[in-house]
Formats: sequence, C-alpha cells, structure tokens
Amino acid sequence: MKTSKLTLGPNLFNWKAETWRDFYFRMADEAPVDSVYLGEVVCSKRSPFYAQYIPDIIERLEAAGKEVILSTLALIMTKREMESVREIAEAEGYMVEANDISAAALLEGRPHAIGPFINVYNEGTLAYLTRKGATRITLPVELESKSIEALAKSTSAELEVQIYGRLPLAISARCYHARTHQLSKDNCQFVCDRDPDGLDLDTLDGEPFLAVNGVQTMSYTYCNLSAEMEAMAKMGVSHFRLSPHSGDMVKIAQAYRDLLDGKSGIAETEDIISEQSDDMPFSNGYFYGKEGVVTEGERAELGE
Amino acid sequence: MTNKLELVCPAGTPASLHAAVDAGADVVYLGFRDETNARNFPGLNFNRKELAEGLEYAHANDAEVYVAINTFPEAGNPEPWKKAVDDAAKIGVDAVILADIGLADYAAQTHPDLRRHLSVQASASNPEAIKFYREAFGVQRVVLPRVLTLPEISALNKEIDVETEVFVFGGLCVMAEGRCALSSYATGESPNMTGVCSPASHVRYEDEGDRMVSRLGDFTINAFAPDEKAGYPTLCKGRFVTEGRASYLFEEPTSLNAAAMLPELMEAGVTALKIEGRQRGRAYIAQVVSAFRKAVDAAAEGLPIPQLNLDSITEGQQKTSGAYEKTWR
Repeated sequence: MKTSKLTLGPNLFNWKAETWRDFYFRMADEAPVDSVYLGEVVCSKRSPFYAQYIPDIIERLEAAGKEVILSTLALIMTKREMESVREIAEAEGYMVEANDISAAALLEGRPHAIGPFINVYNEGTLAYLTRKGATRITLPVELESKSIEALAKSTSAELEVQIYGRLPLAISARCYHARTHQLSKDNCQFVCDRDPDGLDLDTLDGEPFLAVNGVQTMSYTYCNLSAEMEAMAKMGVSHFRLSPHSGDMVKIAQAYRDLLDGKSGIAETEDIISEQSDDMPFSNGYFYGKEGVVTEGERAELGE
Repeated sequence: MTNKLELVCPAGTPASLHAAVDAGADVVYLGFRDETNARNFPGLNFNRKELAEGLEYAHANDAEVYVAINTFPEAGNPEPWKKAVDDAAKIGVDAVILADIGLADYAAQTHPDLRRHLSVQASASNPEAIKFYREAFGVQRVVLPRVLTLPEISALNKEIDVETEVFVFGGLCVMAEGRCALSSYATGESPNMTGVCSPASHVRYEDEGDRMVSRLGDFTINAFAPDEKAGYPTLCKGRFVTEGRASYLFEEPTSLNAAAMLPELMEAGVTALKIEGRQRGRAYIAQVVSAFRKAVDAAAEGLPIPQLNLDSITEGQQKTSGAYEKTWR
C-alpha cells in the first residue's frame, strides 16, 4: 500500500488563530501526509480570525511538496457565505473541495474535489459529478465496504475515505455550542473555541454519546480504520483522510504511514494512535454496515 | 388576484389519501412501499396498484399526486430506485420528488416529460444550489430545507426561477435534512440509506421503577417520571448532558406549526405548503388538512388566519415556528 496517499482533512474545530496557523506550519514541516485540506467547513463566523494566515500556510505547505486543497462550507445559507465560497472557487490555480452542491456547480468544468458533505451514495451520482470535473471524491461517512467497493469499481476518479477522527454526523442552522452556554448563535461569543476536539455530550445515564462542534454534531468515538485500509486500497480507494485533532497529528500520520508502508502492524499502530487520542474509544462500525459507533473486525479482537 | 398557496398533504395509506383529498388537499404526496422513500415504515406506503387507484381518485376530485423517491440509491443496487421512477412515470403521477443527483439525472434523461421536484433531503439551501438542480435536471420546484428564516426565503425566491415549497406543520428536523447520520450512528439505519430515522425496531422502553427510560440502540434518549407520558425517542429530540447540565440540547419534543405565518410566506413568494406526516393515521390527516384548507383560503382572501384547534391531535406538544424565526438558531 505504498502508493496509498495520506491526507489531512480540513480542521473542523475552532482553534485559536495562532494555534491554527502553528498547527499547519508544523504539518507542512513534519507530517508525512501528501495533501492538506485548508479552510472553514463548519461555521462561517470562524474564518475571519485565521484567514490572514492562509497565504503563508499555503506557501509553506507547497514548499514542503504537499498538495493544497481549499475546503469550503458545508451549509451555505446567506449571501455572505455564498460570496465567500465563490471567492474560493474562483481562486486560480488551486484545487478546491466542494462541500455543498452550489460550490460543485461553481467549479464545473475544471478539476475539483467533492467533500464528504455532498451525498455521493451511488455510481450514478459519482459518474455525474466526475463528468462535471470532479477528480477526487471523499465519501460520506455512513458508507459500508460493499458500497465503497462498488463505487471504486465504477470510476477512475480518486476516492478518499476518512480513517481517523471524530465523524461529522450532522449540521444544522442552530448552534449547539451556543445553546449549551445559553447563548444565541448571533451572540455566540465563539464559545466553541473552548473545546479543541468538540464538546462531549453524554446521555442522562452519563454515557458518552456524541460531540458538539458549533453547528455540527460529531461522534464521541474517534473513527479508526487502520485495519480496513488494506481492504480499501485493494478496492481502489487511493486516499485516506486524517481529520485533525489536538493530539500529535505528526505522530498519528506517521503511525498510519508506517502501517501503509508495511513497517508496523495494527496493534503497534493502535497503541500510538490511542496514546495521541487521549485513549478515546475508537469505532469503525459503518465500514461493516453496522451502527457507526461499534468496533468490528480485526481491531475488535485487539480490545478483548 | 392573489395567488393561492398550494396545499401539499401526506398519505401513508389509500385511506389517508382519500381523507386528504376529501379534506381539501390540492396535492397528496406519498411513497412506494420500499426503501426508495424517506418514510420507509412497516405497514406504510403504496404498491403500484394502490398508487394508480389513488391517482384516479385524486384526479377525479381536482387534486394531484406527487411520489417521493427521496432516499439515496444504494451503490451496486440502483434498480429499485430507477424502477420507482419508471413506474411513477408510467402510472402518470403529477410529479416525482427526488433527492439524489444520479437519480435526478436518470429521471431527466429517461422521462423528460415527468415533472421533477427536489426533495428537502437534497438540502438545497441557497440560490446556486437550486439553480444547479434547475439547469442540470430541469427541476421545477424545490422543497426548502428547514434551516432558513423567512427573510432568507424571501431573498432566495427573488434570485431563482423555481417554485419553492416549505414545511408548515408536523415533525421537525433540526439538522439540515439529507445531511444527518445521527440515526445510523446509533442504529445502523438512517434517512439517507434506508429511509428511516430513529427506527422503532431499535427503540426500547425500560421501566426502572422510579423512572421510565427510552432507548435508541444502546443509548438512553430520555427518562420520564412514572406519571409522565414517555415520548418516542427520536434522537434529536432527546435529553442529553453537556457541561454538567441536562437539556433538550438539539430540540424540545416539539412540532412545527407555521400557520400564523401564511401571509408572510405568501409575501415571501412561496408556492406551496407542505404538511409532514405520511406515518400519521387517517383521522389526523383529515383534521390537519381541513384546518389548513381553511387557513390557506383565509390567507388568500387577506383575512385573519383562523384558529386551527389542532392541540388535541398533537398530544399537547409544544409548537414552534422553527427556523423561520432567527431566534430559533
């Protein structure tokens, strides 16, 4: 699987602007990833804080030989949001990832990426989007292995699957971080910056269940498809996405790279990733057509 | 002359279709009895013969029928969805309601004369998205996701030449529709993949003596005192704990009622109003449809919207106008 590519998905959380910048500088310098997705996907109110750093980050990533892809908003409701996406889509010379069909329409006719927030569940949709210029498609998190396999078989486009990090499960017009703090979205005081990996949401019985990230709702568990990468590579999935967290993403990327290169095994990878993920529970259920929260397959046996 | 809002009403059974038509529905929307529609519940929906008969009854009474084929076809298994579109066209329905890009493409290529609407599940929330579906697949109407405020809907309608349809009554998704995998995270089944959300097959109520707990999959969604009515554990209407405080974080167990906003929705350029509830019984449908018939007629005449008196059938639930008001966010 040496030809498999590792990518760093867009940071979905609200990190302090300098933390955000320094994170990407370090990724440029040290992380063994082939591509880095950059830009705001979750909430348009966040980007003004770090937008000033983007040109420097792009320069540094490119100098390090990494492909840069500009990500765009998943839920576009206002004129201002649409204009901000239009600006990115019109940026000459950059690959752009559409996360709403409006952005894909703006990118029609030139190579672009489709993010996991556009519903690509079947060959018909995949074929339509590739005819319009999509060259890389990151699949929705819900898809199971047989769907991934069928899609890979049907296309010559590059397919990408998230293999690490909390799963983006839902997006809303409503901000649940603001609601937690009894604030409104308009006067949110940017409280989502207090939780660099999202805010844990428990059931009434105290069981961890989900994580709140502003208008986005995520899994509490961290997706980890270390044991499934080989099968996916055989199916024809070319890119594996790491979704940024506050753990050491350089070490995490290195662990997955070593696994892909055959330099380490599943158990060894698991130890490193687990340590860098605050010992959070992992999940891979969607891949097996089960509840997204569960762990199946080879890694299920590791835990026993 | 004022343009009257079209009233689009749900039916999960032939009896409900008759009830909706008799109560004054302009349009009845329904689905086939399989995974091709987003209310894929046991004992619900129409086979081909029932659809043909229902269509005949509706047309005889100046009403139309739309067929929702609004889940996302499974990779490797496109046939049930294509067949649903083919059969809807053959039976002669007035429109199909689609969510998937590939299926919309198929419908546009194969049945160019079949009127195509865009389902709320396609989550088209801005002019560019709507223009895309219009230009690519000739979509003539879009059902707007329940994320937009009234002023946003009004602004949107000025920028597009596609009819818009909005939800005014019934269940309320708080997440952008078609972009929510919460249900499958807990149960393995979701609106996009199997046409269900928080499915009954994964629901359990457990009497723990001092409280009744409702669970979805392995997760507690809510707990009730012995004298309280235990509500259905729809995931996003549950009670959860964040920062040490229990709350209905996503949404109260509430339902949508935007009847009072009909004049504003007309003003905003909306074409049609949608009532949610294909899973509801005939009596419910009859009552809701006739109440909204009166409301729509009154709004068209510029008269005050009459009281709907629907509290008895909404189980005393709270009502909300949802995202139409910005304070909801």
